[in-house]
Amino acid sequence: MIKLGVPSKGRLMEKTFDWFAAHGIRLSRTGSDREYAGAVTGIDGVSLVLLSAGEIPRELAAGRIHLGVTGTDLVQDKLPLWEQQVEPLEEMGFGEADLIVAVPQAWVDVDTLDDLDAAAAAFRATHGHRLRIATKYHRLVREFLRDAGVADYAIVDSQGATEGTVANETAEAIADITSSGETLRANHLKVLSDGLILRSQATLWRSRVADVADEDRAAMAEVLARLG
Amino acid sequence: MITREGRAKALALRDRFEAAGAQVVEPPMLQSAELLLDLYGEDIRARAYVTSDALRGEQMLRPDFTVPVVQMHMAHGADPARYTYAGEVFRRQEDDPDRANEFLQVGFEVFDRADPAAADAEVFALMAEAVAGLNLRAATGDIGILTAAVNGLRTTEARRAALLRHIWRPRRFRALLDRFAGRTPVPASRKALLANPQPRLGSAPLIGLRTDDEIEARISALHADAAAKPISDGEMDLLDTLLNVRETVPFALSHLRDLTVDMPSISDAVEGLAARSDALVARGVDVDTLDFEASYGRTSMEYYDGFVFGFYAAGRADLPAVVSGGRYDALTRRLGGGAEIPAVGAVLRPGLMAELEAGA
Repeated sequence: MIKLGVPSKGRLMEKTFDWFAAHGIRLSRTGSDREYAGAVTGIDGVSLVLLSAGEIPRELAAGRIHLGVTGTDLVQDKLPLWEQQVEPLEEMGFGEADLIVAVPQAWVDVDTLDDLDAAAAAFRATHGHRLRIATKYHRLVREFLRDAGVADYAIVDSQGATEGTVANETAEAIADITSSGETLRANHLKVLSDGLILRSQATLWRSRVADVADEDRAAMAEVLARLG
Repeated sequence: MITREGRAKALALRDRFEAAGAQVVEPPMLQSAELLLDLYGEDIRARAYVTSDALRGEQMLRPDFTVPVVQMHMAHGADPARYTYAGEVFRRQEDDPDRANEFLQVGFEVFDRADPAAADAEVFALMAEAVAGLNLRAATGDIGILTAAVNGLRTTEARRAALLRHIWRPRRFRALLDRFAGRTPVPASRKALLANPQPRLGSAPLIGLRTDDEIEARISALHADAAAKPISDGEMDLLDTLLNVRETVPFALSHLRDLTVDMPSISDAVEGLAARSDALVARGVDVDTLDFEASYGRTSMEYYDGFVFGFYAAGRADLPAVVSGGRYDALTRRLGGGAEIPAVGAVLRPGLMAELEAGA
Protein backbone atom coordinates (compact mmCIF):
# COMPACT_ATOMS: atom_id res chain seq x y z
CA MET A 1 0.00 0.00 0.00
CA ILE A 2 1.06 3.60 -0.61
CA LYS A 3 0.81 5.39 2.72
CA LEU A 4 -0.46 8.96 2.68
CA GLY A 5 0.04 11.00 5.88
CA VAL A 6 -2.50 13.76 6.51
CA PRO A 7 -3.03 16.13 9.48
CA SER A 8 -5.43 14.45 11.85
CA LYS A 9 -7.68 17.34 12.81
CA GLY A 10 -8.97 20.82 12.27
CA ARG A 11 -9.14 23.05 9.23
CA LEU A 12 -5.90 21.69 7.86
CA MET A 13 -7.45 18.20 7.68
CA GLU A 14 -10.69 19.41 6.14
CA LYS A 15 -8.92 21.51 3.51
CA THR A 16 -6.63 18.59 2.71
CA PHE A 17 -9.65 16.31 2.25
CA ASP A 18 -11.23 18.93 -0.07
CA TRP A 19 -8.03 19.31 -2.07
CA PHE A 20 -7.72 15.56 -2.67
CA ALA A 21 -11.47 15.33 -3.49
CA ALA A 22 -10.91 17.93 -6.23
CA HIS A 23 -8.33 15.49 -7.66
CA GLY A 24 -10.76 12.58 -7.52
CA ILE A 25 -9.35 11.01 -4.38
CA ARG A 26 -11.80 10.80 -1.45
CA LEU A 27 -10.30 10.80 2.02
CA SER A 28 -12.46 10.34 5.11
CA ARG A 29 -12.21 9.56 8.76
CA THR A 30 -13.90 6.35 9.79
CA GLY A 31 -15.34 5.14 13.06
CA SER A 32 -16.04 7.55 15.87
CA ASP A 33 -14.88 11.18 15.94
CA ARG A 34 -12.20 10.25 18.42
CA GLU A 35 -10.72 7.37 16.47
CA TYR A 36 -7.80 8.28 14.21
CA ALA A 37 -8.60 5.86 11.40
CA GLY A 38 -9.27 6.82 7.82
CA ALA A 39 -10.39 5.48 4.47
CA VAL A 40 -9.48 6.25 0.86
CA THR A 41 -11.93 5.78 -2.00
CA GLY A 42 -11.71 6.62 -5.67
CA ILE A 43 -8.24 5.11 -6.03
CA ASP A 44 -6.80 1.68 -5.24
CA GLY A 45 -3.68 0.84 -3.28
CA VAL A 46 -3.52 3.97 -1.10
CA SER A 47 -4.05 4.00 2.65
CA LEU A 48 -4.61 7.02 4.89
CA VAL A 49 -2.47 7.66 7.98
CA LEU A 50 -3.76 10.43 10.25
CA LEU A 51 -0.97 12.19 12.13
CA SER A 52 -0.16 15.44 13.87
CA ALA A 53 1.15 17.89 11.23
CA GLY A 54 4.32 18.28 13.29
CA GLU A 55 5.11 14.56 13.04
CA ILE A 56 4.64 14.26 9.30
CA PRO A 57 8.16 15.54 8.38
CA ARG A 58 9.76 12.94 10.64
CA GLU A 59 7.60 10.11 9.26
CA LEU A 60 8.47 11.11 5.67
CA ALA A 61 12.19 11.27 6.51
CA ALA A 62 12.01 7.86 8.19
CA GLY A 63 10.28 6.41 5.11
CA ARG A 64 7.30 5.20 7.15
CA ILE A 65 4.91 7.12 4.87
CA HIS A 66 5.34 7.64 1.13
CA LEU A 67 3.39 10.88 0.79
CA GLY A 68 2.48 13.49 3.38
CA VAL A 69 0.79 16.86 3.77
CA THR A 70 2.40 19.44 6.02
CA GLY A 71 3.74 23.00 6.00
CA THR A 72 7.04 24.14 4.50
CA ASP A 73 7.90 25.65 7.89
CA LEU A 74 7.75 22.31 9.70
CA VAL A 75 9.73 20.45 7.02
CA GLN A 76 12.51 23.03 6.94
CA ASP A 77 12.76 23.34 10.72
CA LYS A 78 12.63 19.66 11.58
CA LEU A 79 14.64 18.13 8.73
CA PRO A 80 18.27 19.15 8.21
CA LEU A 81 19.18 18.83 4.51
CA TRP A 82 15.47 18.44 3.85
CA GLU A 83 15.92 18.43 0.06
CA GLN A 84 17.68 15.10 0.32
CA GLN A 85 14.91 13.50 2.35
CA VAL A 86 11.69 14.83 0.88
CA GLU A 87 10.53 16.27 -2.43
CA PRO A 88 7.74 18.86 -2.69
CA LEU A 89 5.12 17.65 -5.19
CA GLU A 90 2.36 20.27 -5.02
CA GLU A 91 1.76 23.50 -3.14
CA MET A 92 -1.83 23.17 -2.04
CA GLY A 93 -2.88 26.83 -1.82
CA PHE A 94 -4.00 26.89 1.81
CA GLY A 95 -2.46 26.94 5.28
CA GLU A 96 -0.49 30.02 4.21
CA ALA A 97 1.60 31.48 6.99
CA ASP A 98 4.77 33.51 7.35
CA LEU A 99 7.41 32.73 9.92
CA ILE A 100 8.45 36.15 11.22
CA VAL A 101 10.36 37.91 14.01
CA ALA A 102 8.23 40.30 16.06
CA VAL A 103 8.95 42.74 18.91
CA PRO A 104 6.72 44.98 21.07
CA GLN A 105 5.04 47.79 19.10
CA ALA A 106 6.23 50.17 21.78
CA TRP A 107 9.84 49.58 20.70
CA VAL A 108 9.74 52.54 18.32
CA ASP A 109 13.53 52.37 18.05
CA VAL A 110 13.52 48.82 16.65
CA ASP A 111 12.41 48.24 13.06
CA THR A 112 15.17 46.11 11.49
CA LEU A 113 17.39 43.19 12.46
CA ASP A 114 20.23 45.71 12.86
CA ASP A 115 18.12 47.51 15.45
CA LEU A 116 17.31 44.23 17.16
CA ASP A 117 21.03 43.40 17.39
CA ALA A 118 21.86 46.79 18.89
CA ALA A 119 18.93 46.58 21.32
CA ALA A 120 20.05 43.07 22.32
CA ALA A 121 23.57 44.30 23.13
CA ALA A 122 22.21 47.10 25.34
CA PHE A 123 19.61 44.81 26.90
CA ARG A 124 22.23 42.27 27.90
CA ALA A 125 24.43 44.95 29.44
CA THR A 126 21.47 46.32 31.43
CA HIS A 127 19.74 43.12 32.51
CA GLY A 128 22.67 40.72 32.77
CA HIS A 129 21.11 38.15 30.47
CA ARG A 130 20.59 37.82 26.76
CA LEU A 131 17.50 39.14 25.01
CA ARG A 132 15.13 36.16 24.85
CA ILE A 133 13.25 35.19 21.70
CA ALA A 134 10.37 32.74 22.19
CA THR A 135 9.76 30.26 19.37
CA LYS A 136 9.18 26.65 18.49
CA TYR A 137 11.20 26.99 15.27
CA HIS A 138 14.62 26.80 16.92
CA ARG A 139 16.75 25.86 13.96
CA LEU A 140 15.23 28.18 11.36
CA VAL A 141 15.33 31.15 13.73
CA ARG A 142 18.91 30.49 14.83
CA GLU A 143 20.14 30.17 11.24
CA PHE A 144 18.24 33.28 10.18
CA LEU A 145 19.65 35.38 13.02
CA ARG A 146 23.16 34.03 12.50
CA ASP A 147 23.05 35.01 8.82
CA ALA A 148 21.85 38.47 9.82
CA GLY A 149 24.67 38.81 12.37
CA VAL A 150 22.39 39.23 15.38
CA ALA A 151 24.19 38.42 18.65
CA ASP A 152 23.40 38.52 22.37
CA TYR A 153 20.05 36.77 22.06
CA ALA A 154 18.84 33.46 23.46
CA ILE A 155 16.08 31.22 22.16
CA VAL A 156 13.49 30.11 24.69
CA ASP A 157 11.18 27.29 23.74
CA SER A 158 7.51 28.10 23.30
CA GLN A 159 5.18 25.45 21.90
CA GLY A 160 2.02 27.54 22.06
CA ALA A 161 0.55 30.97 22.91
CA THR A 162 3.92 32.38 21.85
CA GLU A 163 2.46 35.89 21.31
CA GLY A 164 1.74 36.07 25.04
CA THR A 165 5.30 35.41 26.21
CA VAL A 166 6.43 39.05 26.02
CA ALA A 167 3.57 40.35 28.17
CA ASN A 168 4.24 37.47 30.56
CA GLU A 169 7.91 38.53 30.70
CA THR A 170 9.27 35.14 29.72
CA ALA A 171 10.67 36.59 26.48
CA GLU A 172 11.44 40.00 24.94
CA ALA A 173 10.65 39.09 21.33
CA ILE A 174 9.09 36.21 19.42
CA ALA A 175 9.46 34.27 16.18
CA ASP A 176 6.27 32.58 15.10
CA ILE A 177 3.98 31.93 12.16
CA THR A 178 1.31 34.46 11.33
CA SER A 179 -1.24 34.66 8.55
CA SER A 180 -3.18 37.90 9.05
CA GLY A 181 -1.10 39.47 11.83
CA GLU A 182 -4.22 40.01 13.97
CA THR A 183 -2.96 37.98 16.92
CA LEU A 184 0.30 39.93 16.83
CA ARG A 185 -1.49 43.28 16.89
CA ALA A 186 -3.83 42.14 19.64
CA ASN A 187 -0.76 41.31 21.71
CA HIS A 188 0.94 44.68 20.99
CA LEU A 189 3.60 43.16 18.77
CA LYS A 190 4.91 44.22 15.35
CA VAL A 191 6.87 42.40 12.65
CA LEU A 192 10.39 43.66 11.90
CA SER A 193 10.53 45.12 8.39
CA ASP A 194 13.24 42.62 7.38
CA GLY A 195 12.02 39.92 9.79
CA LEU A 196 10.45 37.48 7.33
CA ILE A 197 12.17 34.12 7.84
CA LEU A 198 10.05 31.91 5.61
CA ARG A 199 6.80 31.85 3.64
CA SER A 200 5.00 28.61 4.28
CA GLN A 201 1.91 26.82 2.96
CA ALA A 202 0.42 23.35 3.11
CA THR A 203 2.39 21.22 0.66
CA LEU A 204 2.19 17.63 -0.52
CA TRP A 205 5.56 15.96 -0.08
CA ARG A 206 7.00 12.70 -1.32
CA SER A 207 9.51 10.83 0.79
CA ARG A 208 12.80 10.26 -1.02
CA VAL A 209 13.68 7.38 1.28
CA ALA A 210 10.45 5.32 1.52
CA ASP A 211 10.67 2.09 -0.47
CA VAL A 212 7.91 1.57 -3.01
CA ALA A 213 7.23 -2.16 -3.39
CA ASP A 214 6.85 -3.49 -6.93
CA GLU A 215 3.13 -4.15 -6.46
CA ASP A 216 2.66 -0.52 -5.31
CA ARG A 217 4.32 1.19 -8.27
CA ALA A 218 1.12 1.33 -10.28
CA ALA A 219 -0.73 2.96 -7.36
CA MET A 220 2.01 5.59 -6.91
CA ALA A 221 2.02 6.35 -10.63
CA GLU A 222 -1.78 6.71 -10.54
CA VAL A 223 -1.64 9.15 -7.59
CA LEU A 224 0.98 11.27 -9.35
CA ALA A 225 -1.03 11.22 -12.58
CA ARG A 226 -4.18 12.41 -10.76
CA LEU A 227 -2.32 15.29 -9.17
CA GLY A 228 -0.47 16.36 -12.29
CA MET B 1 34.84 7.38 13.88
CA ILE B 2 37.47 7.05 16.58
CA THR B 3 39.95 4.31 15.70
CA ARG B 4 42.49 2.42 17.79
CA GLU B 5 45.26 4.05 15.76
CA GLY B 6 43.79 7.46 16.48
CA ARG B 7 43.55 6.77 20.19
CA ALA B 8 47.12 5.43 20.37
CA LYS B 9 48.31 8.51 18.50
CA ALA B 10 46.41 10.78 20.92
CA LEU B 11 48.11 9.25 23.94
CA ALA B 12 51.53 9.39 22.28
CA LEU B 13 51.01 13.10 21.54
CA ARG B 14 49.90 13.78 25.08
CA ASP B 15 53.07 12.02 26.34
CA ARG B 16 55.08 14.22 24.03
CA PHE B 17 53.47 17.38 25.46
CA GLU B 18 53.94 16.10 28.99
CA ALA B 19 57.63 15.64 28.22
CA ALA B 20 57.64 19.26 27.01
CA GLY B 21 56.68 20.36 30.51
CA ALA B 22 52.89 20.12 30.68
CA GLN B 23 50.82 18.65 33.48
CA VAL B 24 48.27 16.04 32.32
CA VAL B 25 44.67 16.97 33.14
CA GLU B 26 41.34 15.17 32.62
CA PRO B 27 38.53 17.72 32.31
CA PRO B 28 34.97 16.40 32.68
CA MET B 29 33.00 15.44 29.59
CA LEU B 30 29.82 17.17 30.74
CA GLN B 31 29.95 20.96 30.95
CA SER B 32 27.48 23.48 32.32
CA ALA B 33 25.34 24.56 29.37
CA GLU B 34 24.62 27.87 31.07
CA LEU B 35 28.28 28.88 31.06
CA LEU B 36 28.87 27.86 27.44
CA LEU B 37 25.69 29.63 26.33
CA ASP B 38 26.76 32.73 28.20
CA LEU B 39 30.16 32.67 26.47
CA TYR B 40 29.17 31.74 22.95
CA GLY B 41 25.50 32.56 22.63
CA GLU B 42 22.81 30.63 20.86
CA ASP B 43 25.19 29.41 18.12
CA ILE B 44 26.71 26.91 20.54
CA ARG B 45 23.38 25.03 20.55
CA ALA B 46 23.89 24.34 16.85
CA ARG B 47 27.34 22.93 17.63
CA ALA B 48 27.01 21.10 20.94
CA TYR B 49 24.84 18.23 22.16
CA VAL B 50 22.64 19.25 25.06
CA THR B 51 21.32 16.93 27.71
CA SER B 52 19.89 17.56 31.16
CA ASP B 53 18.95 16.22 34.54
CA ALA B 54 16.70 17.61 37.25
CA LEU B 55 19.63 18.32 39.62
CA ARG B 56 22.19 20.10 37.45
CA GLY B 57 19.92 21.37 34.69
CA GLU B 58 21.19 21.60 31.13
CA GLN B 59 24.57 20.06 30.43
CA MET B 60 26.57 19.98 27.23
CA LEU B 61 28.86 17.26 25.97
CA ARG B 62 32.13 19.17 25.78
CA PRO B 63 32.53 20.81 22.37
CA ASP B 64 36.16 21.60 23.28
CA PHE B 65 38.59 21.49 26.20
CA THR B 66 39.59 25.12 26.42
CA VAL B 67 36.78 26.33 28.66
CA PRO B 68 37.10 23.57 31.31
CA VAL B 69 40.90 23.88 31.33
CA VAL B 70 40.69 27.66 31.82
CA GLN B 71 38.10 27.20 34.57
CA MET B 72 40.28 24.67 36.33
CA HIS B 73 43.33 26.88 36.07
CA MET B 74 41.53 30.00 37.28
CA ALA B 75 40.15 28.06 40.25
CA HIS B 76 43.38 26.54 41.54
CA GLY B 77 46.19 26.64 39.00
CA ALA B 78 49.86 27.29 39.65
CA ASP B 79 51.28 30.40 37.99
CA PRO B 80 52.80 29.86 35.46
CA ALA B 81 51.32 26.55 34.31
CA ARG B 82 51.28 24.27 31.28
CA TYR B 83 48.61 21.64 30.68
CA THR B 84 48.01 18.82 28.24
CA TYR B 85 44.98 16.57 27.70
CA ALA B 86 43.60 14.04 25.25
CA GLY B 87 40.05 12.88 24.74
CA GLU B 88 36.79 13.02 22.85
CA VAL B 89 34.95 16.18 21.93
CA PHE B 90 31.44 16.22 20.49
CA ARG B 91 30.06 18.43 17.75
CA ARG B 92 26.48 18.40 16.61
CA GLN B 93 26.28 18.38 12.81
CA GLU B 94 23.21 19.76 11.11
CA ASP B 95 24.43 20.51 7.61
CA ASP B 96 27.14 18.07 6.65
CA PRO B 97 26.65 14.36 7.35
CA ASP B 98 30.29 13.70 6.40
CA ARG B 99 31.72 15.72 9.28
CA ALA B 100 32.50 13.80 12.44
CA ASN B 101 30.27 14.45 15.45
CA GLU B 102 32.72 12.79 17.83
CA PHE B 103 36.49 12.97 17.52
CA LEU B 104 39.70 13.08 19.53
CA GLN B 105 41.57 16.23 20.44
CA VAL B 106 44.98 16.59 22.08
CA GLY B 107 45.86 19.99 23.44
CA PHE B 108 48.62 22.02 25.00
CA GLU B 109 47.79 25.21 26.93
CA VAL B 110 50.22 27.73 28.44
CA PHE B 111 49.31 30.18 31.22
CA ASP B 112 52.36 32.40 31.58
CA ARG B 113 52.72 36.11 32.27
CA ALA B 114 56.46 36.34 31.59
CA ASP B 115 56.84 36.62 27.83
CA PRO B 116 53.72 36.33 25.62
CA ALA B 117 55.74 36.26 22.36
CA ALA B 118 57.84 33.37 23.66
CA ALA B 119 54.74 31.49 24.83
CA ASP B 120 53.08 31.97 21.40
CA ALA B 121 56.21 30.63 19.71
CA GLU B 122 56.49 27.72 22.17
CA VAL B 123 52.96 26.50 21.37
CA PHE B 124 53.32 27.02 17.62
CA ALA B 125 56.70 25.27 17.43
CA LEU B 126 55.50 22.33 19.52
CA MET B 127 52.52 21.84 17.19
CA ALA B 128 54.68 22.26 14.07
CA GLU B 129 57.03 19.52 15.33
CA ALA B 130 54.10 17.23 16.19
CA VAL B 131 52.73 17.38 12.63
CA ALA B 132 56.08 17.52 10.80
CA GLY B 133 56.12 15.10 7.87
CA LEU B 134 52.40 15.45 7.10
CA ASN B 135 53.04 18.20 4.55
CA LEU B 136 50.62 20.65 6.16
CA ARG B 137 50.23 24.34 5.31
CA ALA B 138 50.37 26.72 8.26
CA ALA B 139 48.32 29.92 8.41
CA THR B 140 48.78 32.62 11.04
CA GLY B 141 47.07 35.84 11.97
CA ASP B 142 46.66 38.27 14.84
CA ILE B 143 43.23 39.44 16.03
CA GLY B 144 45.01 41.94 18.31
CA ILE B 145 46.20 44.04 15.34
CA LEU B 146 42.64 44.30 14.04
CA THR B 147 41.31 45.21 17.48
CA ALA B 148 43.96 47.90 17.83
CA ALA B 149 43.05 49.31 14.43
CA VAL B 150 39.37 49.54 15.40
CA ASN B 151 40.26 51.12 18.74
CA GLY B 152 42.25 53.74 16.85
CA LEU B 153 39.44 54.80 14.51
CA ARG B 154 38.60 58.50 14.83
CA THR B 155 34.92 58.00 15.52
CA THR B 156 32.60 57.69 18.51
CA GLU B 157 33.19 55.26 21.36
CA ALA B 158 29.78 53.67 20.62
CA ARG B 159 30.77 52.96 17.01
CA ARG B 160 34.10 51.46 18.03
CA ALA B 161 32.32 49.24 20.58
CA ALA B 162 29.79 48.09 17.95
CA LEU B 163 32.62 47.19 15.54
CA LEU B 164 34.63 45.36 18.22
CA ARG B 165 31.55 43.35 19.17
CA HIS B 166 31.28 42.06 15.60
CA ILE B 167 34.96 41.50 14.76
CA TRP B 168 34.21 37.75 14.58
CA ARG B 169 31.29 38.26 12.17
CA PRO B 170 33.06 39.70 9.11
CA ARG B 171 29.88 40.32 7.09
CA ARG B 172 28.14 42.21 9.87
CA PHE B 173 31.39 44.07 10.66
CA ARG B 174 31.57 45.24 7.05
CA ALA B 175 27.91 46.32 7.03
CA LEU B 176 28.42 48.39 10.18
CA LEU B 177 31.62 49.90 8.85
CA ASP B 178 29.92 50.92 5.60
CA ARG B 179 27.08 52.52 7.54
CA PHE B 180 29.46 54.39 9.85
CA ALA B 181 31.31 55.64 6.78
CA GLY B 182 28.07 56.90 5.27
CA ARG B 183 28.39 54.48 2.36
CA THR B 184 25.01 52.81 2.86
CA PRO B 185 21.81 54.83 3.12
CA VAL B 186 20.10 55.27 6.47
CA PRO B 187 17.02 52.98 6.58
CA ALA B 188 13.74 54.86 6.02
CA SER B 189 12.38 53.82 9.40
CA ARG B 190 15.48 55.22 11.14
CA LYS B 191 15.13 58.53 9.26
CA ALA B 192 11.47 58.79 10.26
CA LEU B 193 12.29 58.04 13.89
CA LEU B 194 15.02 60.69 14.00
CA ALA B 195 12.80 63.28 12.31
CA ASN B 196 9.99 62.72 14.79
CA PRO B 197 10.30 65.01 17.85
CA GLN B 198 8.00 62.75 19.88
CA PRO B 199 8.37 59.24 18.51
CA ARG B 200 6.83 57.61 21.58
CA LEU B 201 3.61 59.61 21.35
CA GLY B 202 0.62 57.37 20.64
CA SER B 203 2.63 54.16 20.56
CA ALA B 204 1.18 50.95 21.93
CA PRO B 205 1.37 50.09 25.63
CA LEU B 206 4.82 48.92 26.66
CA ILE B 207 5.02 45.20 27.42
CA GLY B 208 7.94 43.04 28.54
CA LEU B 209 11.13 43.64 30.49
CA ARG B 210 12.72 46.27 28.26
CA THR B 211 11.91 49.60 29.93
CA ASP B 212 10.98 53.11 28.78
CA ASP B 213 14.41 54.28 29.88
CA GLU B 214 16.10 51.72 27.66
CA ILE B 215 14.05 52.80 24.65
CA GLU B 216 14.79 56.49 25.36
CA ALA B 217 18.49 55.71 25.79
CA ARG B 218 18.63 53.99 22.41
CA ILE B 219 16.81 56.87 20.71
CA SER B 220 19.35 59.27 22.21
CA ALA B 221 22.16 57.02 21.04
CA LEU B 222 20.70 57.03 17.52
CA HIS B 223 20.55 60.83 17.53
CA ALA B 224 24.16 61.00 18.71
CA ASP B 225 25.17 58.53 16.00
CA ALA B 226 23.35 60.51 13.30
CA ALA B 227 25.22 63.63 14.41
CA ALA B 228 28.61 61.91 14.31
CA LYS B 229 30.87 62.51 11.34
CA PRO B 230 31.29 59.56 8.97
CA ILE B 231 34.49 57.56 9.23
CA SER B 232 36.75 59.13 6.60
CA ASP B 233 37.60 57.53 3.26
CA GLY B 234 41.25 57.69 4.31
CA GLU B 235 40.63 55.61 7.41
CA MET B 236 38.41 53.17 5.48
CA ASP B 237 41.18 52.68 2.90
CA LEU B 238 43.75 52.06 5.62
CA LEU B 239 41.49 49.50 7.28
CA ASP B 240 40.92 47.73 3.95
CA THR B 241 44.65 47.70 3.28
CA LEU B 242 45.20 46.19 6.72
CA LEU B 243 42.46 43.55 6.29
CA ASN B 244 43.96 42.53 2.95
CA VAL B 245 47.51 41.99 4.23
CA ARG B 246 48.30 38.43 3.21
CA GLU B 247 51.94 37.49 2.68
CA THR B 248 54.83 35.76 4.39
CA VAL B 249 55.65 37.01 7.89
CA PRO B 250 58.67 39.22 7.01
CA PHE B 251 56.82 40.94 4.15
CA ALA B 252 53.64 41.28 6.22
CA LEU B 253 55.68 42.82 9.00
CA SER B 254 57.31 45.44 6.79
CA HIS B 255 53.94 46.16 5.16
CA LEU B 256 52.29 46.60 8.56
CA ARG B 257 55.13 48.80 9.80
CA ASP B 258 54.54 51.05 6.81
CA LEU B 259 50.88 51.21 7.79
CA THR B 260 51.72 52.35 11.34
CA VAL B 261 52.85 55.70 9.92
CA ASP B 262 49.19 56.48 9.20
CA MET B 263 47.73 54.11 11.81
CA PRO B 264 49.80 54.71 14.93
CA SER B 265 47.22 52.83 17.03
CA ILE B 266 48.47 49.48 15.71
CA SER B 267 52.16 50.13 16.50
CA ASP B 268 52.26 48.12 19.74
CA ALA B 269 50.38 45.20 18.22
CA VAL B 270 52.69 45.21 15.18
CA GLU B 271 55.75 45.24 17.42
CA GLY B 272 54.12 42.28 19.22
CA LEU B 273 54.07 40.47 15.87
CA ALA B 274 57.76 41.37 15.38
CA ALA B 275 58.62 39.98 18.81
CA ARG B 276 56.67 36.80 18.02
CA SER B 277 58.48 36.45 14.72
CA ASP B 278 61.85 36.67 16.53
CA ALA B 279 60.66 34.14 19.12
CA LEU B 280 59.56 31.78 16.34
CA VAL B 281 62.99 32.07 14.71
CA ALA B 282 64.60 31.30 18.07
CA ARG B 283 62.45 28.13 18.19
CA GLY B 284 63.70 27.10 14.77
CA VAL B 285 60.57 28.02 12.78
CA ASP B 286 61.21 29.17 9.21
CA VAL B 287 59.22 32.44 9.21
CA ASP B 288 60.38 33.31 5.69
CA THR B 289 57.91 30.75 4.33
CA LEU B 290 55.23 31.19 7.02
CA ASP B 291 51.99 32.87 5.86
CA PHE B 292 50.40 35.74 7.74
CA GLU B 293 46.82 36.85 6.96
CA ALA B 294 45.44 39.85 8.81
CA SER B 295 41.88 38.50 8.47
CA TYR B 296 42.72 34.95 9.57
CA GLY B 297 40.73 33.53 12.47
CA ARG B 298 37.82 35.94 12.29
CA THR B 299 35.21 33.28 11.67
CA SER B 300 36.23 30.95 14.49
CA MET B 301 34.89 30.88 18.03
CA GLU B 302 35.05 34.31 19.50
CA TYR B 303 37.58 33.75 22.24
CA TYR B 304 40.83 34.18 20.36
CA ASP B 305 41.99 37.77 20.76
CA GLY B 306 45.66 37.77 19.73
CA PHE B 307 47.87 35.33 17.84
CA VAL B 308 45.82 32.77 15.86
CA PHE B 309 47.06 29.88 13.75
CA GLY B 310 46.06 26.66 12.02
CA PHE B 311 47.63 23.81 10.07
CA TYR B 312 45.80 22.44 7.03
CA ALA B 313 46.30 19.46 4.74
CA ALA B 314 47.41 20.84 1.37
CA GLY B 315 44.94 19.95 -1.38
CA ARG B 316 42.36 18.64 1.10
CA ALA B 317 39.92 21.53 1.38
CA ASP B 318 37.33 18.96 2.49
CA LEU B 319 39.16 18.40 5.79
CA PRO B 320 38.97 20.73 8.78
CA ALA B 321 42.15 22.16 10.29
CA VAL B 322 44.45 19.47 11.70
CA VAL B 323 45.77 21.96 14.28
CA SER B 324 44.15 25.15 15.49
CA GLY B 325 45.17 27.48 18.24
CA GLY B 326 45.68 30.95 19.51
CA ARG B 327 45.82 33.39 22.37
CA TYR B 328 42.75 33.90 24.56
CA ASP B 329 43.64 36.39 27.31
CA ALA B 330 40.07 37.76 27.32
CA LEU B 331 38.59 34.34 28.06
CA THR B 332 40.65 34.06 31.27
CA ARG B 333 39.25 37.47 32.24
CA ARG B 334 35.67 36.31 31.59
CA LEU B 335 36.12 33.11 33.58
CA GLY B 336 38.52 34.49 36.17
CA GLY B 337 36.07 36.41 38.34
CA GLY B 338 38.31 39.48 38.43
CA ALA B 339 41.57 37.62 37.90
CA GLU B 340 43.21 37.20 34.52
CA ILE B 341 46.32 35.66 33.04
CA PRO B 342 47.74 35.69 29.52
CA ALA B 343 47.01 32.32 27.93
CA VAL B 344 47.76 30.62 24.64
CA GLY B 345 47.09 27.08 23.46
CA ALA B 346 46.32 24.77 20.59
CA VAL B 347 44.59 21.50 19.84
CA LEU B 348 45.32 18.91 17.22
CA ARG B 349 43.24 16.07 15.81
CA PRO B 350 45.07 12.74 16.02
CA GLY B 351 42.34 11.00 14.03
CA LEU B 352 42.97 13.24 11.03
CA MET B 353 46.71 12.79 11.46
CA ALA B 354 46.34 9.00 11.41
CA GLU B 355 44.10 9.27 8.33
CA LEU B 356 46.63 11.48 6.52
CA GLU B 357 49.51 9.19 7.48
CA ALA B 358 47.62 6.14 6.17
CA GLY B 359 46.84 7.96 2.90
CA ALA B 360 50.39 9.24 2.43
